[in-house]
Formats: sequence, structure tokens, C-alpha cells
Amino acid sequence: MTQINWSEKVNPVVRNLPPSGIRRFFDLVAEMKGVISLGVGEPDFVTPWHIREACIYSLEKGYTMYTSNWGLLELREAVAADVEGTYNIKYNPRDEILITVGVSEAMDLAMRVLLEPGDEVLIPEPSYVSYAPCTTLAGGVPVFIPTGMENGFRISAEQVQSLITPRTKVLLLCYPNNPTGAIMDREELLKIAEVAKQNDLMVVSDEIYDRLTYVGQHTCMASLPGMQDRTVLLNGFSKAYAMTGWRVGYAAGHPDIIGAMTKIHQYTMLCTSITAQMAAMEALKNGQPAMRHMVENYNRRRNLVVQAFRDMGLPCYEPGGAFYAFPQISGTGLNCEEFAEELLKQEQVALVPGNAFGPSGEGFVRVSYAASLDDLSEAFRRMSRFVRRYGVRPKIISTPKQMANGQSA
Amino acid sequence: MDNITRQILDLLRENAKLTPEEIAVMLKIDMVEVRGIIKDLEDNKIILNYQTMINWEKIGEEKVIALIEVRITPQRDVGFDAIAERIYRFPEVRSMHLMSGTYDLAIFVEGSSMKEIAHFVSTKLATIEGVISTASYFVLKTYKQNGVIIEDNEEDRRLMVSP
Repeated sequence: MTQINWSEKVNPVVRNLPPSGIRRFFDLVAEMKGVISLGVGEPDFVTPWHIREACIYSLEKGYTMYTSNWGLLELREAVAADVEGTYNIKYNPRDEILITVGVSEAMDLAMRVLLEPGDEVLIPEPSYVSYAPCTTLAGGVPVFIPTGMENGFRISAEQVQSLITPRTKVLLLCYPNNPTGAIMDREELLKIAEVAKQNDLMVVSDEIYDRLTYVGQHTCMASLPGMQDRTVLLNGFSKAYAMTGWRVGYAAGHPDIIGAMTKIHQYTMLCTSITAQMAAMEALKNGQPAMRHMVENYNRRRNLVVQAFRDMGLPCYEPGGAFYAFPQISGTGLNCEEFAEELLKQEQVALVPGNAFGPSGEGFVRVSYAASLDDLSEAFRRMSRFVRRYGVRPKIISTPKQMANGQSA
Repeated sequence: MDNITRQILDLLRENAKLTPEEIAVMLKIDMVEVRGIIKDLEDNKIILNYQTMINWEKIGEEKVIALIEVRITPQRDVGFDAIAERIYRFPEVRSMHLMSGTYDLAIFVEGSSMKEIAHFVSTKLATIEGVISTASYFVLKTYKQNGVIIEDNEEDRRLMVSP
């Protein structure tokens, strides 16, 4: 009897798609006890109670049915008002906003709508793990824009320009960035917008971390002159409102693009869960104080984390957004995977090797500070011990001089 | 009050254990400055005290807490304050508020038994001149105090590693 090779039944595009770089590491962590994890890509806060309570109430009231494919109109109106209030851009909630199952779905839809086979997508890296696979699955070709610590993990208009070919269709932006915490400044984005316009590129901008910006103001790509129709703006509730598991996001853009995305969405997803949409509505309505409280907390921890790495002797660029630090660990002589694996084995601290987010992440690790202060301090104690073993010396910390009478010198 | 002082107060209110070093790093200011601000706040009695919240039940310690509603006669010139002081000076009184509504003082009294509290109310509190009446209610269970949920079972349920 001939053996059937079942894996050959799988579409080669999918078969050849590399599995997420995090997977192997995840399995390793799962086997261990007493691990402090700084490897988590989601808030350590639970969804604020008023949002959970509103969801319970909606279930009690029997909101358990399908919604419009586009999502609840009331939620789309609230999203439109929120975007307008924050960035001064107007979207028509009737045909320019689509509620999706997180930004993940919105990303997939945007790529499928925009790409024809062989079209190229410019993607900054290191960056979130799904951009390249979504591009490939939609028939596109990912073309990476490498970034490094020397330029704060930012891309430049020149870089974008230099990578453009006749097949370039989409420029993907992802700032504030996971895993580096990098943010883009307005001046550079203006130049990049010019490049996009001159070369007739569509921009897909994943701004899920926009509210988690600690230095200056976040610039929304769609708010730049002439960019609203050219940009597919993706955002959601996961990070700002600690609602990762609810899976609610949205896409905003030109009605032709959003309409096309809605077409796929209606056949593949029908609609985002109504329960989650009801919760998202409450988040927009009454969630601002809790959100500000969380952002303030992240910011304080961010300062602690950056200081801790500097004290350890690991160079760490100061992240301007998201809740990640991206210290350089090459001084230990280990590569990022060895570093993560040995740190886990020797000190039971989990973090994510930088190369899981792209080749430029080699030599770095992603440290999530969405963790309690106690966990952070204990993890840093263990990490300092660990890097000392590999010859990294902590910087001499000069304590502020204090005179006998208590006045500062 | 300036923003830095406000932020220091917010931090210490949440966690009094934070050291000036930690606060300085978190707020990106000089540690000496943090020490100075905290000292001023203490000197000016803006920061009154640092206490620890303890779940006594977990070490088998019995604490009985009662809410006593007290009606009193206000006095000329001093209003409620003079009688209030006579009451809150008792160490048995853990917290006390002047209330609007049908009674005047809400007093939380702590003791090691119901009998002890009953004794305090009948021999000390009710006999103070100007106290018209008392009504005692014993606490059966504390769910939340000072913003802290006593038995919070909401642990971290996130995956250990996620992108």
C-alpha cells in the first residue's frame, strides 16, 4: 500500500511558512517552574472592571446576536469620534471604519485587499511577527527595512526610497514598535509620506500602541497632509485598555479599501463578537481615566527598566512607546537565542530573543515591562547576576553627593 | 502643588515601601530632590503615617470590628469637634467620620471580642456627655479595605511568552 504524504496536501505556501520564532521558546518555558516572565506581549493589567461589568450587563440583556458586518454602528461612531478627538481626522462611521477581530485580522484583510501576486511590501524590522506571514499568505513579497540601535530603531525616508522597485505596493508602518519600543518623529514621517505619495504607495499603519507613547506626541500617519485616503489605519483596544483576549480592533481608511476589506470580513468572519464590541464601546465611553492610569504606570516602569539595564552594563536605547525595552546583549558573547535560553535555565527569567522579530534583532532581547514592580526587580537581580557571569560589568553608579547637613552638593 | 509632588504622593499611596531611589528613577528626577520633597510632606503633615495592611485572619488572630452610629448634641462655638475629640482619643476607635444624614458620627471600633466592644460602647462611649444615642453593627466579613481586595483570586493568567 502506498503511504500518503499528508503534508503534501498542504498548500506549499503555507507549508513553507516558517513557524513563529517564539514557539520553540514558549515550549521551553512551559516546562519550567518558578519562572518570572518578561516575555509577555500583553498588558499585565486585567481589563478594567467597568468594562467587564458592562459586558456582563450586555449578556444579561441578551446581546448575543450577529451585528452588522461592519460592526455595531454605535461603536464605529465612537471610534470615529475618538480618532477625530485625538488626531483631528474625520472618518465616516458608515463606510470608512470596519470593526475587526483585533488588528491581526485587520492586517490580514488589508494585505489581501491590496496585494496582487508578486507585489512587494516594505516592512521595518525588527517588528511584530505577523507582518511578513500576512504578506506572503496574500501573495505578496516582504521586503525588509532593517533598523538598528544607532538610529533608535527608526526608519528613514531615504531607506524607504532606496528599497522601492516597480513592484512596491505597500509600506507597512508599526510605531510605537513591538519589540523595540521605537517611535517615529513627525518630521521623518512627513518625509516618508512624501515618498509614499511620489511612488503611489499605500501605507498600512499598525498603531495599536499609539496611546502608549511616553515621549512627545504620537503622530498618526493618516493625519498627515494628503495621507488619509492613502493610509489604512489599524488600531484596537488590546493595549490601551488591556483587552487583548477580547479581540477587538478596527481599520479606517478610504471607503473603497474598507469596503473591500469588509467584503472578505463578511464571508470569513461575519462580524466581531458582539460581546467584545459592547465591551469596546464601554472602553471608549468611560475608559479614559483607567487608561491614563495604566500608561502612567508603564512609563514609570519604563524608566526603571532602562536604568536597570544601564546599571547592569547592557546598552539599552530608551524606548519611547509600547511596553518593551530592547537591550543589546552581545557584550555577553552569547547570541540572542543562547542568551534567552541560558538566562531561562540558569536564572528562570523568560524573555524573547530579538531575532524572533527579524534578523536585525540579533544581539538583542525583548524585555516586556508589563509586569509587576516586584517581578521586575527580582528579574533584574537575577539578570545582573547572570550577565556578570559572562563578564559584563555593571557601570559604576555615582550616588549623588550629600553633605552632612542634608543639602545637595 | 506641583506635578512631581503629586506623582510622588500617588506612588507612595499605592506602595509606601518604594524607596526614594526607586521613585527618583521612575520619575526621572534626582534622588536628593525626592528625599527633600518627602521630608517636606512629612514635616507639613501632608504624609501623616505609613502603615501596613495585614490580613489578621491568616495568622488566626481574631479581630472584631464594629460600626457605631452615634448621635450627639453639638456645642456652642465648637460644634461637634469637642465631643468628637473626646471620642477619637480612645485607641479603640480606629476611624471616625462626621456624617450627613440621620446620625452624626460613624465610628469604627476594633477589639478582640464582641464583649470588649460592648463594654467600650456602654461604659465609655454612651456615657460621654452630649452623646444622645449609639447603634452598633458588627462587621461579619471584610471584602475590601483602602482599595485593596482582601482575598483577590485574580492571578496572572497570561501565557508565559507571547509575541
